[in-house]
Amino acid sequence: MTYHFNGMDIASDEEGYLTDLSLWNPDLALLIAKDEKIEMSPEHWEVVNFLREYYDEYQIAPAIRVLTKALKKKLGEEKSSNKYLYELFPYGPAKQACKIAGLPKPTGCV
Amino acid sequence: MSDSKRFLYVNRKAPHGTVYALESLEVVLIGAAFEQDVSLAFLDDGVFQLVKRQVTTGIGVKNFAPTYRALGDYDVKKLFVERESLEERGLTEDDLMEVTHENDDEEDVSSIEIVDRARMAEIMAAQDVVLSF
Repeated sequence: MTYHFNGMDIASDEEGYLTDLSLWNPDLALLIAKDEKIEMSPEHWEVVNFLREYYDEYQIAPAIRVLTKALKKKLGEEKSSNKYLYELFPYGPAKQACKIAGLPKPTGCV
Repeated sequence: MSDSKRFLYVNRKAPHGTVYALESLEVVLIGAAFEQDVSLAFLDDGVFQLVKRQVTTGIGVKNFAPTYRALGDYDVKKLFVERESLEERGLTEDDLMEVTHENDDEEDVSSIEIVDRARMAEIMAAQDVVLSF
């Protein structure tokens, strides 16, 4: 698969995850989100930015239960429940949010 | 957790020259979803996997060393490192990275325990499943 962005072709795997993480930028994230039928709100960005920070520190995209636990610590109970995250990312918060964040598919996610 | 089994992942190889260390780590992270009683053992050249300040830019592979520090988030809290293996390689506990997890009081405590060879043998003998990498 390929994303057409600013006149460039940006390669992704067959599920739409970026092949080269370094090509990510916020505008490309909007394009990926559009493909996922997600309109990015500040709440979406909060999760996406959190995932990017987690990846930066640990070199890994966290599994969903690790994500909820870590989010709870940072943003509190309300913004870390499965229900909240599935409302933001209906097809799986870890999968969709990671894709939009330009990260690989979460480890421990089949 | 009465039906959980005791799993030990044994790491014996240096991190970046072969794929064993990374594969082991990925299996541990994936397996962590099944809520078993998981421990990791590091011996022989496997102790190099936990050495701090690894830099892989010169050899063109991804540095996955920081990922060991995420093990606590995955509820993997027991990393046993063999003392003799460290000593034979001129390493001490101070050469190892910090790997922590949160205890019941929400304090970060070290997940790494240095054990001698005899104790390592006891740990291995007490497992239901031992996977060697």
